[in-house]
Amino acid sequence: MSHVFDRPSLWQRLQPVLTGFDGPMLLGLLVLATLGMTEMYSAGFDSGTRFADHGRNMLLGALIMFSVAQVSPQRLMRLAVPLYTVGVALLIATALFGMTKKGATRWLNLGVVIQPSEVLKIAMPLMLAWWFQKREGQLRPLDFAVAAVLLVIPVGLIAKQPDLGTSLLVLSAGVYVIFFAGLSWRLILPVLLAAAIGIGALVATGDDLCQDGVQWPVLREYQKHRICTLLDPTKDPLGKGFHIIQGKIAIGSGGITGKGLMQGTQTHLEFIPERTTDFIFASYAEELGLVGVLGLILTFTFVLMRGLFIAAEAPTVFTRLLAGSITLSFFTYAMVNMGMVSGILPVVGIPLPFISYGGTAMVSQGLALGILMAIARSRRLMQS
Amino acid sequence: VTELKNLKLELDRFRLRIIAAAVFVLVGFGLLTARMVYLQVLHHEELSTRAESNRIAVVPIVPNRGRIVDRNGVVLATNYTAYTLEITPSKVDDLDATINSLGEVIEIQTRDRRRFKRQLEESKSFESLPIRTRLSDEEVARFIAQRFRFPGVEIKARLFRNYPLGETASHLLGYIGRINQTEKTAMEDWDDEAQANYRGTEYIGKLGLEQSYETELHGITGFEQIETSAGGRAVRRLASQPATPGNTLVLSVDIKLQAMVEELFGDRRGALVAIDPRNGEVLAFVSKPTFDPNLFVDGIDVDNWRNLNESIDKPLLNRALRGTYPPGSTFKPFMAMAALTTGKRSASTIIQDNLVFNFGGRNFGSPETDRPGPKDMRTAIVTSSNVYFYSLANEMGVDLIHDQLMPFGFGRKTGIDMEGEVTGDLPSTEWKRRKFKRPEQQKWYAGETISLGIGQGYNNFTMLQMATAMSTLASGGLRFEPRLVREIEDLVTREKRTVSSQALTPLPLKPENVAVIRDAMNGVAISGTSARVFAGAAYQSGGKTGTAQAVGIRQNEKYSGARMAEHLRDHSLYIAFAPVNNPQIALAVIVENAGWGSAAAAPIARRVFDYVLTGQMPSVEDIALTQKGLTMAPVGTPRPKDTVPLPMGTATSVALGLVPLAAAEPASAASATSGVAPTASAPGSLP
Repeated sequence: MSHVFDRPSLWQRLQPVLTGFDGPMLLGLLVLATLGMTEMYSAGFDSGTRFADHGRNMLLGALIMFSVAQVSPQRLMRLAVPLYTVGVALLIATALFGMTKKGATRWLNLGVVIQPSEVLKIAMPLMLAWWFQKREGQLRPLDFAVAAVLLVIPVGLIAKQPDLGTSLLVLSAGVYVIFFAGLSWRLILPVLLAAAIGIGALVATGDDLCQDGVQWPVLREYQKHRICTLLDPTKDPLGKGFHIIQGKIAIGSGGITGKGLMQGTQTHLEFIPERTTDFIFASYAEELGLVGVLGLILTFTFVLMRGLFIAAEAPTVFTRLLAGSITLSFFTYAMVNMGMVSGILPVVGIPLPFISYGGTAMVSQGLALGILMAIARSRRLMQS
Repeated sequence: VTELKNLKLELDRFRLRIIAAAVFVLVGFGLLTARMVYLQVLHHEELSTRAESNRIAVVPIVPNRGRIVDRNGVVLATNYTAYTLEITPSKVDDLDATINSLGEVIEIQTRDRRRFKRQLEESKSFESLPIRTRLSDEEVARFIAQRFRFPGVEIKARLFRNYPLGETASHLLGYIGRINQTEKTAMEDWDDEAQANYRGTEYIGKLGLEQSYETELHGITGFEQIETSAGGRAVRRLASQPATPGNTLVLSVDIKLQAMVEELFGDRRGALVAIDPRNGEVLAFVSKPTFDPNLFVDGIDVDNWRNLNESIDKPLLNRALRGTYPPGSTFKPFMAMAALTTGKRSASTIIQDNLVFNFGGRNFGSPETDRPGPKDMRTAIVTSSNVYFYSLANEMGVDLIHDQLMPFGFGRKTGIDMEGEVTGDLPSTEWKRRKFKRPEQQKWYAGETISLGIGQGYNNFTMLQMATAMSTLASGGLRFEPRLVREIEDLVTREKRTVSSQALTPLPLKPENVAVIRDAMNGVAISGTSARVFAGAAYQSGGKTGTAQAVGIRQNEKYSGARMAEHLRDHSLYIAFAPVNNPQIALAVIVENAGWGSAAAAPIARRVFDYVLTGQMPSVEDIALTQKGLTMAPVGTPRPKDTVPLPMGTATSVALGLVPLAAAEPASAASATSGVAPTASAPGSLP
């Protein structure tokens, strides 16, 4: 009889693995996943097996999130430096012997073809959070300079590939860490102000700057082209401008209540290119209307606020910064994608988390959210 | 306590940042929400009108493909308009029924149906696809009368490619054909703008200049934004941007010269490349036999394809670009130049030629026509002494030969503006290590060096390489990447861009050494192996005959051309330049399986020089004899080149609808064209 007592029951053994997740966050993600699956079925039912594949990707993402959530933040911290080093080394290798497609050198062939810049999306905030944890309690302005160097090296390498979209995502992930680490407002505000003025000036004088032959500093010709297309989509109705124009028509024609699932004319008459991937938000807005859009934005807001709450409650500097950066990165994805589709941001190939089709994106989201969950759990375990 | 206080302070500051971040998120989403309200509420009516009652279709306007003209403006490739009958699948309920009833009005063959089916699988349902091409006026009229029965079916005028000269210069021009699946896959790696530029484009250059200058020839796709009613009828045009036609290619090739050479070859196989040594412009680029590129334009049918592909003459092989041959004795002037440059021999060094060179117990022989005696460099070249060059090769060694001859362009790509060039083989010890897999084969044996001296052994080059090397030697060291295209003309602005040959670093050849070789090669044409061919020429030329073995001759076996099957006979080669003191043309020519160099190849060179330097073309009688290899110097009265018309192909008559199209039972046309690029086996490499 006694050995029954000694051996913990199956439930007792599984309990620490299965419980301790952040309930509200899980709920928010579940709603997002439901919306994603619904729209994926609606948009893609007439073209292949996207719905089933999306479900499979979601399960994969969930599995990864679940596994990563079991890892303690201390272990994650030990991974930071090696992961960052390997990531930067791979980026350098890519610059030297990478594969070039469509004029961009982004891939490395190591038996399997990989895109090293993806690694940095996670490695970057890990590394910076690790750095500020190291300097805890003795933070000097010079430490921010070191962080900036750690940030600029991979971002520069990715921007040179060229891959503006990914380099901006990696940059923002790093900038968020630095922001949460307490970079002085006196440095932040002037930059924000300059950016606001720059964008204002661009919108005001866009017509002149977009003339042929005008060279823009830093940006390449195709990047200039994208921004100009945003300012005046009618100039390029065959290429990106076509996407923007048709996306706008789809969203606007959806109205308040939408045309109903599987009823979007823009979506199903092939006016929306990439209607299951980058531009799925246009289909969503067409079919579910403003009501659906507000529901989606509210769900995102809920998830993001919960993420920020987890960050605020996190036990160490490392976990705080990491949770904050992951949450804001999630916001960046959602904001940039929806902003692009609705025509307030330039066309950058960034998927909408949980809604857009794509295995790679699902895996990296699972990874990031898993880390967030792990941080939330570590807090709970400490409290209990 | 202070540390704890610090931590508390830091935590407070962090929470403040979290609040700032929350504000950031709310502002961002607030903006987005405002935008959505703007689109979905304020502009809802306008945008839903645009979405539902009207649909805007963006229709690409395919640009006219650029023309190709020769250096004198003779049109070699152009376009003509013809009517096609097209179906837009999304507007038709029952495709099969529609096609069946169309077949009652206009003849539609199984071939057309298959082509349509294939295209249907590869394109979007709202694209208009041709079910029949090249309708006659009568057919157009018949359809128009019945048009009301066929919604979604339209007559369209489309452009077709036409090569007016037919078989002339087909290897040079190449051809275009429907974009196949492989090419579509390759296109996915293009950048977005290039891909957008091919929306609506159905044809792409497959071979020759059509392929290598695809981007110039294609032009820029225009577009029309058409508002269509719910029924699919075009209501009005909203915006349009006309297509910019492709650029015109102006070749450096003189097509009349090219056609003359092709005619002189007759039914014989071979290649000729003529280059202007002063600037690297290619004047003639001949590969025989040729084929009619017009057969490929709309998808070649199976019978024609089989004839071309399986012919023992390999008409689809571009011999000038991809056929490699041992150079034979035409290699000797370059060996002599290397000897002078390296100081291994001076021009006056005398070698005793007793017709046999013994190395390692093996005898290397000479042709029966050779005479024994003491020979200096000039005599050795003029009489084509083998022993002189056997011993020279032996003295130099394979690697020195390689290092000296490589800069002339032997054994590497010339960089000509056409895709598919092969490198050929210029052996060295390193080359052999790379070439062979088995260790015992990788070692270089000294005995293998000997025959290199007379252009045999592993030596294997294209006529393009031979001509380029000849050009460099004749000009005293000027080197260019040869160019087939001279200018690119923008049809809209009339602006001409010169595609000048890429000048490479000149070879530092000593003028006195060059003079020795030029003089010796001049001797060949005056008193040597090609003297009878160049008798009576109005200019001084230099040349060197060559004979290359097509098969190995076993030891103690005498070569007898007459006894051997035609495809096993030796190749006849000639390299030459003229005038001697101020070279304006350099060439290399091979006539496959035609025996001695002076018999078949040199007479063609003579007539090319006559054309370029004196403007004379051979008489009809002379052409007929030359085709059989029965002439030396030209016979009959030469004709001024301006009085001789160009040969016209059958293509124009096809274009005008005078000749019914061959329409057997051909399967997939595009899959046939996809396999066209000839996988060159080297005709005439030594076993």
